[in-house]
Amino acid sequence: MNASVPLTRKDFQTDQEVRWCPGCGDYAILAAVQSVFPELGVPREKFAVISGIGCSSRFPYYMNTFGFHTIHGRAPAVATGLKLARPELEVWVATGDGDSLSIGGNHTIHMLRRNVGLKVLLFNNKIYGLTKGQYSPTSEIGKKAKSTPFGSVDRPFSPLALALGAGATFIARSVDVFQPHLKSTLKRVASHKGTAFTEILQNCNIFNDGAWDAIAEKDVRDDHVLFLEHGKPLVFGKAKDKGIRQNGFDIEVVTLGQGASEADLLVHNEQHPSLAYAFMLASMDSRPGFPTPVGVLRAVDMPAYEDLVNSQVQQVVGAKGKGDLGKLLRGPETWEIK
Amino acid sequence: MSTAIAPPPAEDRTRRKRLQNAVIRFCGDSGDGMQVTGSQFTNTAALFGNDLSTFPDFPAEIRAPQGTLPGVSGFQVNFSSTEVFTPGDSVDVLIAMNPAALKTNIGDLKTGGILIVNSDSFTDVDFKKAKITSNPLEDGSLSGYRVFPVDLLKLTKAATKDTGLDAKSVDRSKNFFALGMCYWLFGRSMDGTLRWIDSKFKGQVAEANKLTLKAGYAYCDATEAYQTAAYEVAPAKLPAGTYRNLSGNNALAMGLVAASERCGLPLFLGSYPITPASDILHELSMYKSFGVVSFQAEDEIAAVTSAIGAAYGGCLATTTTSGPGMALKMEAIGLAIAVELPLVVVDIQRGGPSTGLPTKTEQADLFQAIFGRNSEAPLPVLAPATPGDCFWVALEASRIALKYMTPVIILSDGYLANGAEPWRVPSVDELPAFPTKFRTDPEGFKPFMRDPATLARPWAVPGTPGLEHRIGGIEKQDVTGNINYEPANHDKMVRLRAAKVAGVVQDVPDVVPAGDPEGDVVIVGWGSTYGSITSALAPLRAKGHKVGHIHLRHLNPLPKNLGEVMKRYKKVLVPEINLGQLAFILRSIYLVDAISYAKVEGKPFKQSEIETKVLEVIK
Repeated sequence: MNASVPLTRKDFQTDQEVRWCPGCGDYAILAAVQSVFPELGVPREKFAVISGIGCSSRFPYYMNTFGFHTIHGRAPAVATGLKLARPELEVWVATGDGDSLSIGGNHTIHMLRRNVGLKVLLFNNKIYGLTKGQYSPTSEIGKKAKSTPFGSVDRPFSPLALALGAGATFIARSVDVFQPHLKSTLKRVASHKGTAFTEILQNCNIFNDGAWDAIAEKDVRDDHVLFLEHGKPLVFGKAKDKGIRQNGFDIEVVTLGQGASEADLLVHNEQHPSLAYAFMLASMDSRPGFPTPVGVLRAVDMPAYEDLVNSQVQQVVGAKGKGDLGKLLRGPETWEIK
Repeated sequence: MSTAIAPPPAEDRTRRKRLQNAVIRFCGDSGDGMQVTGSQFTNTAALFGNDLSTFPDFPAEIRAPQGTLPGVSGFQVNFSSTEVFTPGDSVDVLIAMNPAALKTNIGDLKTGGILIVNSDSFTDVDFKKAKITSNPLEDGSLSGYRVFPVDLLKLTKAATKDTGLDAKSVDRSKNFFALGMCYWLFGRSMDGTLRWIDSKFKGQVAEANKLTLKAGYAYCDATEAYQTAAYEVAPAKLPAGTYRNLSGNNALAMGLVAASERCGLPLFLGSYPITPASDILHELSMYKSFGVVSFQAEDEIAAVTSAIGAAYGGCLATTTTSGPGMALKMEAIGLAIAVELPLVVVDIQRGGPSTGLPTKTEQADLFQAIFGRNSEAPLPVLAPATPGDCFWVALEASRIALKYMTPVIILSDGYLANGAEPWRVPSVDELPAFPTKFRTDPEGFKPFMRDPATLARPWAVPGTPGLEHRIGGIEKQDVTGNINYEPANHDKMVRLRAAKVAGVVQDVPDVVPAGDPEGDVVIVGWGSTYGSITSALAPLRAKGHKVGHIHLRHLNPLPKNLGEVMKRYKKVLVPEINLGQLAFILRSIYLVDAISYAKVEGKPFKQSEIETKVLEVIK
């Protein structure tokens, strides 16, 4: 392929028939990724998309890049091996709430702890889709699903709070139907060094239809969604008349003009020195009366794992010289038999 | 660096009795430094030019309560003026640091054998810990042996009194006194160990250890009683060459590095610590100057899947573990089979099931290696026969994995892993080269097209322009690799994957039995039983029996002529440290009446056990 011809969305589409259910939120995510990838200035062959198991994990088959559909929960580990071996590749991970937070929870936290340079798209539909409708680790308490006919008694994870707890350097959230927002978030994901962990709220119209309606529906979203912008006050509401104000150790929702002005509000800082701020954002959606923040909640610079690992190898080679196999074979002491 | 080791000092006035070989066992508390002591004696024997075989035997606990039976750690070395293949059935010299060690090891000492005991630790408290009621040094129970009680602690204290070392550290030096004594008994130079002490310890501790070692040597030299216990074991006449002492795990690690150099791909190790495989992780972590990336993963599954990711990216990828870790890796190994990526999986077998006997040896993962995955998931399986062979098997496994685009399992075991032997150092040019090429030409590329000779698919690594493609564990269409659930296609793919692995047989050398080419019995072994079977063969044949020995290095696929060769003997005997897994396989493939000789005690077979069994089978 001639590198001087700019890539288009079509270059990232495959000839494979997409097998998601009609109306699935995954289509919108696929469309957003396929439209963002050509804009990143990266040759197509440098992309590798790695996935686990589940509806979301069929993603690589529909991306005309290198792709690897692995096994349940293990995409972060496979991707870590690939990124260590080939740090120059753009390695993206497509995963779901069951894949990354249940069976693959261990790999997810350790990927984040190490800050491996992977772009993680967590499609969160709060349900197991491909196994036909069991509750997931993000399902709300009381969720009635196939395996919980009387309602789930499990407490759900907040994926972003979990990621923060594991030491995430980048956490973001977007929604399948917020196309422009999703695309701009994906560009931020693409430019982060280290693990860029992105929760995408996604509708499963078969097994959990409308799970995100309170956020995603056009007529209500403005009152329930807080669009984060670095350096801008935390304002939301259809009339941009509500905000988040600090109150002691806690926060509160205030209405602008009613004893509060924009100057009183918290100003979003992606690099806030206190993790408490990021936790406050990441767990805000679980509090009654508070909006769900979307956008980049936190983005801080830390060395990427693959750079640390490979620079250590280079340092040793630099200090000791390139390994001499003959010398290695002889070991510390030898003797001759004639 | 070649080090010439001098024969016993010229002033050695002792008249030494010449032995063909000798077996020493050091045993004491886990904290008594028995592994270090044994390793030092082994290195010295190796540098002297003896052939040797070692058997370190230690508990899983790092420090079981001092002086108790579960805390006993032992190290046995058989060093010889002729070729040896086993650590020896019984012991000539036993060093017992406490009553517990004496109680658990005395049964293996030959009648008339030398017993050196640390009499400082033969008090009532020690007897209680060892659960014995009378002092064995006084109750006559040791009358069949030549007993040398030595106050090791007192003598060590005396030797180190000027170093200002604290009592606890002095106590930890006393193993060097025992080592110094053994050096005197066999007329060995202390130089190697003195050098080693200087490299390992600093200041007072180094000084104390050196003084203690020399004091032990001088003690025997000056004590009349030992003059009748002085021996020599001449160097062995091994094939000419440069030799070193090498353990199985070190050999395996080095073999993987050598494979990486000879195939031209960087080595990636994904591993999670597990006994007795961790040493390979430790070794490979030191080889960064060879470009090795060693990744200590969060668990066994991440260890293997990260290796699969690295293989996808174009590395020679490996993962190392033991039985319980293998069980966890199996789904991922199935993935590597389905996507047809090269991967070397190393299983250092240990006693099981479950946690089992972490530090003891076993061969019971053969079924797990060959059959242990969901569905039809064949892969090549190899087993090294000796510690040094671990090096060559690592190269062979890597070569097969890359040539056939398949995961390969290496079945080593705890005995090979920790055991050591003199190893002839090959030159780099002697090593096979297998330069590996990636697919780069987009013309006509399909991810699951196959090389007609090997049935291997092309290796098209990410980053190659024009070769963008998708792979996955889901069933795929022949040639295109697209998702496909059609019945006929699945049947075809299952058979193709099986045919590819079966086709590895073209690289498996035909069996050439050792001993008699036909006759009464053929002993079919695999893995670490090599030494015991090899040692048993000559005495059996000397008695006039027609006995052959086939040792299988390739366990899947098996050599082409194996079935035909087994038919040349009246009986087929299969000794294994499991309940007859290879015997089961041979019976099922060849309809041969393979007789299983099974023993699962966490220890290798004795030579005498094999001999007895063969005689029983012939009868």
